[in-house]
Amino acid sequence: MARAVMSDIKRDHIHKLLSKGKRVDGRTWDEFRQISIETRYVESAEGSARVKLGNTDVLVGVKMQTGTPFEDTPDKGVLATNAELIPLASPTFESGPPDEDSIELARVVDRGIRESEMIDLSSLCITPKEEVWMCFVDVYVLDYDGNLFDAAFLGAVAALKTAVVPAATYGKGENFPLPTKSTPISCTAVQIENSILLDPTLDEEKVADARLTVTTDENGDLRAMQKGLDGSLTLEQVRKIIETSQKLGKELRKLVG
Amino acid sequence: MEGKMIDENGLRIDGRKADELRPIKIEAGVLKRADGSAYVEWGKNKVLAAVYGPRECHPRHLQDPSKALVQCKYNMIAFSVSDRKRPGPDRRSVEISKIISEALEYAVFTEYFPRTSVDVYIEILQANAGTRCAGLTAASVALADAGIPMKDMIPSVAVGKIDGQVVLDLCKEEDNYGQADLPIAVVPRTGEILLMQMDGHMTMDEFNKAMEYGFGACEKIYQLQKDALKRRYAVEDVEGLEEDAPREQQDMEG
Repeated sequence: MARAVMSDIKRDHIHKLLSKGKRVDGRTWDEFRQISIETRYVESAEGSARVKLGNTDVLVGVKMQTGTPFEDTPDKGVLATNAELIPLASPTFESGPPDEDSIELARVVDRGIRESEMIDLSSLCITPKEEVWMCFVDVYVLDYDGNLFDAAFLGAVAALKTAVVPAATYGKGENFPLPTKSTPISCTAVQIENSILLDPTLDEEKVADARLTVTTDENGDLRAMQKGLDGSLTLEQVRKIIETSQKLGKELRKLVG
Repeated sequence: MEGKMIDENGLRIDGRKADELRPIKIEAGVLKRADGSAYVEWGKNKVLAAVYGPRECHPRHLQDPSKALVQCKYNMIAFSVSDRKRPGPDRRSVEISKIISEALEYAVFTEYFPRTSVDVYIEILQANAGTRCAGLTAASVALADAGIPMKDMIPSVAVGKIDGQVVLDLCKEEDNYGQADLPIAVVPRTGEILLMQMDGHMTMDEFNKAMEYGFGACEKIYQLQKDALKRRYAVEDVEGLEEDAPREQQDMEG
């Protein structure tokens, strides 16, 4: 996706405010927008969450079914994450196969869940080598106003935490809550002319030089990171973003229980 | 298996120390048709990179009237890994292509070539962990070889963690038991970070150690990149040869 068009007036406005340490919507540099999470939003899903992060609106669903395990992990369930940037959400999104933006989004969300060992994939084994639970996390962006990474990640975590494995449907005993072991949280920041801003809006993303997503666990340890955009970050800026993510992670974690 | 990747002397399965790179060979200008190219052997990784352009931008609608686009395609060939890889782009390679394009875009003076595209093709001929870093390292040499104005060449390396210890540049055998992987690319002169990913589990202390190793290694790789360019373009005579014959002289084994 080509970078969306940005008017010079708006760009200058953001830069001018930033030089005074201010943001367009009045937030401080490390302040997230208003977050609302509604879990069990879609009944046909095993777990789901609708996340609003300011004007960004994301719906995440978890579907589960039985299937055969991968050959190299015969006693582990399967986790697969997909993201759809549907044209409903933005004039710059197009229908069709996933483009690099949606693939990156899905893979960064997947990495955070997988690497934090949030889901105990061993507990999703039914018969080693033969049958395991497959867990599909699908992210749909409904309204795009920046920071899809964190909105999608919050949604995925909230949906997984409320997911129920449909064992009865598949004749595998009683339904049971999807076993989760931890609650990872991702925080995304952008660098604009050497200012660091957490939870960027779309306008802030458009003028951003570089982006960094940091996923931490309960101990504040790093589980996943992803730098994006064609600008650079200094090591000091990276450290600042990591430390802020550790701090904000504690607050955000409360929102998903 | 875990617990024996590092021996009592602190040496790794291939005899390296924690902060030691695999042997790296870089050669610039290895392909005829490409505007610029480079070959990198990095441990058991074999990587070719080619640059075409600046040339007309395809697809057209991506053209930027203010600057060139850097479009990188990272690809693993079918027999580069133990299980045959299905040819064509998969989700992993799309993501890697994207982040490498972004890193290279920073280095290239894109504003000199509006509406054009600088196309960078990275082919992994043989993979042994760390291919995205080897690919980016090769690609920036290829860009320089193509004579494209750049701020600098970009070295890249991954830092990992095995047996609870931070180690530089995991090889395949280590990577299979890796507890964390943190690829970076930096501009050595300025310390700017252009690529950074991470997965696995690292504490803040481990991250700091990883950065120490990674930045140090990037300095070394950068030197190898510069050496490769100098070898390609040096005109000093060797054994009485008056004119330069860089290609023959550079023939490398394997």
